[in-house]
Amino acid sequence: MRKLKCVLGTLALTLLLAVPAHAGDLIVSAAASLTNAFDVAKKTFEAAHPGVTVVSNYGASGALLKQMESGAPVDVFASADQKTMDQAAAKGLVDKATRRDFVRNGLVLIVPADSKLGLKSAADLAQPGVVRIALGNPEIVPAGRYTKEALEMSGQWSDLTKKYILGNNVRQVLDYVTRGEVDAAFVFSTDAMQAGSKVRVVMEMAIRTPALYPIAVASSSKKPEAKAFVDFLLSAEGQRILGTFGFKKP
Amino acid sequence: MPEFLSELLLPALVPLGLTLKVSLTATAGACLFGIAAGFALSRRNMPGRELLDALCTLPLVLPPTVIGYYLLVLFGRRGVLGLWLQETFGVSLVFTWQGAALAACVVAFPLVCKAARTAFEGVDQNLEHAARSLGACEGSVFLRVSLPLAWRGVLSGTMLALARAMGEFGATLMLAGNLPGRTQTLSLAIYDAVQAGRDNEAMFLVVLTSLVCILLLLASGKFLKLSPQT
Repeated sequence: MRKLKCVLGTLALTLLLAVPAHAGDLIVSAAASLTNAFDVAKKTFEAAHPGVTVVSNYGASGALLKQMESGAPVDVFASADQKTMDQAAAKGLVDKATRRDFVRNGLVLIVPADSKLGLKSAADLAQPGVVRIALGNPEIVPAGRYTKEALEMSGQWSDLTKKYILGNNVRQVLDYVTRGEVDAAFVFSTDAMQAGSKVRVVMEMAIRTPALYPIAVASSSKKPEAKAFVDFLLSAEGQRILGTFGFKKP
Repeated sequence: MPEFLSELLLPALVPLGLTLKVSLTATAGACLFGIAAGFALSRRNMPGRELLDALCTLPLVLPPTVIGYYLLVLFGRRGVLGLWLQETFGVSLVFTWQGAALAACVVAFPLVCKAARTAFEGVDQNLEHAARSLGACEGSVFLRVSLPLAWRGVLSGTMLALARAMGEFGATLMLAGNLPGRTQTLSLAIYDAVQAGRDNEAMFLVVLTSLVCILLLLASGKFLKLSPQT
């Protein structure tokens, strides 16, 4: 009998601890490149909205979309490109009326700070000394999609295929560079800024579609704070915080 | 049917082949080191035996990401061993199938090691003493007495190791990356397909992986029955 009580007690305790996100939790799915900026922005937002906890879920925009499609309980979705948000809107996953472009980013070619290859532009990637070039998987990572677009514009995309190391999100690509595992990589300029002195920016890449980040409230969200969070990011204070991480105004 | 062939089956052959290459190499490595370590640990006069045993078991209990991180730090271009390999042999394990094999080998190793230790401890020491008294050297005692008697246990550990190596994900992803055609094994290809929303492909790969594993289990069952009884 005592054993049974013990088992039941443990079970009850487990269930208690396993209770999912409580009422005051605001779940924000955001592109991996927003990681550091949102970590700071959410603290300021929480301070202004007592009782609300922002739970952030970072990943490749495409992977986040997939999660929402599978029914992930998301309140706010911020992607690093228009295409992913268009898909979310087409599937009815976000409230179209709340969609806003809130920041702009640039794509850069970077190398490890101690690189001895002396790359001066993207044209130098063809050099035999450049063995590994990291980029986000264009299927799910917006930065990867912009990279593909930029390299297609310069006619280099197919020639460099053998050198590609595909990352599952832009921060993984950045990590490959800071560890010196790859010779060069394409990331957002804000990511390069985040890595600081560990990487050297070779050049800013020209891209056809500007890297505008859209944000929207998920259609499944019933929390008024979701809209408030979007408004906060668009406010002067929100834009100031995002600006300190290198994000430009849309 | 031709559509099924060109869209699902043919693309799946690459990760399947890679998975077999990686897991068989990893199992061979795990087997070699596992038998050696298991044998050493089964000797009662071995100093620091339990500490060594704990170290050998560590990859079994540590999360694969922890193992992957250790390997990345050790074998990366800036890691101690990575630098040495690069300077001495001009090879780098990160982003290569050999890296994937190393990761799988490390996680599979404890399974052989544990099984081998138990099996060697079960060998009647009198038989080993008898061989020695008849003039056999230590190497020959091991090869002609201990190993044949412990073989069944070692083999079952090896089969488990092969299964574990086939399913390896975390450590492989960290050390070898997820490069289609180069390091993308079945489990990584499934992850990729799900993330990109290619559900048909994911489902097909899942079924394929399950079939391969069932075949492997059936084969190992047969194999164990055929092997000499102790």
